[in-house]
Amino acid sequence: MSLLAVTVLGHDRPGIVADTTAALARLGGNLEDSTMTLLRGHFAMLLLVQTAASVTDVERALQGLAADGALAVDVREVPDAGAPTTASTGAPYVLSVHGADRPGIVGGLTGVVAAAGGNVTDLSTRLTGDLYVLLAEVALPSGCDVVALEQRLRAAAEELGVDVWLRALDTDEL
Amino acid sequence: MPALPVGAVLPVRLAPDRLLSTPGEAVDPRDPQVVQLAADLLATQDAAPGCVGLAAQQVGLAWRVLSVDVSDHPKARTQHGAFVLCNAVLVEATRRERGREGCLSVPDLTGDVKRARRAVVRGLLPVTGEPVVIETDAFEAVALQHEIDHTDGALFLDRVAGAHALHARQTYR
Repeated sequence: MSLLAVTVLGHDRPGIVADTTAALARLGGNLEDSTMTLLRGHFAMLLLVQTAASVTDVERALQGLAADGALAVDVREVPDAGAPTTASTGAPYVLSVHGADRPGIVGGLTGVVAAAGGNVTDLSTRLTGDLYVLLAEVALPSGCDVVALEQRLRAAAEELGVDVWLRALDTDEL
Repeated sequence: MPALPVGAVLPVRLAPDRLLSTPGEAVDPRDPQVVQLAADLLATQDAAPGCVGLAAQQVGLAWRVLSVDVSDHPKARTQHGAFVLCNAVLVEATRRERGREGCLSVPDLTGDVKRARRAVVRGLLPVTGEPVVIETDAFEAVALQHEIDHTDGALFLDRVAGAHALHARQTYR
């Protein structure tokens, strides 16, 4: 068994998820984590599939999806990282940024987070008209000086002409 | 809360255990088995660090019995100490806010869920069967709704706010 990452990108239409996952199920593939969204009308999906089938078998099974050129499919083996918790350690924070669109906002601000040892665990950005919005979840290592990080984020945001907020994301354990 | 017998610490069921999806049966709060369950829920809850509530389904019984104890929790405002309710129902729920919650029975995931921050819950106390109305807010209100959901056979997974509102639980270094 191996873990394969299947990426499907392209023009959206009803039935892409159903077609892709049915083809994988016919191969005996078991879907693990997956994510899918629409980015400005472009379908974007990434699936992790545990399967005994080879990359070539899976590519062949998904050939029909890409046949008309509207979708691009990529299949590759990835290392099995194990349980979901092993991937995300640290204190969770939400970074929110908004302001007038310009190049460099995401790179500038996530660069500040990375320099503090923070890891982006989820990211979503939207451009609507001239308004650019970034929402990221970041895991900050223990010992991270959050006040200093906020100051550096504000300085970077000031240079980019955007507003930035960093807030702790706590979970109610029930 | 009426005095309860000594409770046993029971193993907590984990999803996808189907019992967690089974709506609870209404109970007789004076039934000795229900009284023992009440004691066991509080004992099991006490033994789990950070646990503020449990429901019968989590310890293996599809009954309408839940326990809550948010004593001294930093997010609690109104609090009623450690208590057990039988046949609890939510009768008023207002000021819904979204928060991220986790559950002992779903240890690897958290989800963003909207819950009322003001709630009125009606139920019966174990042992005496005395009817009580609990008016509460903030964290205790959220905990009660989460536990009432368990007694209905629902997990927070059934209430997650959207496809991207389910998260891998983060662990602290």
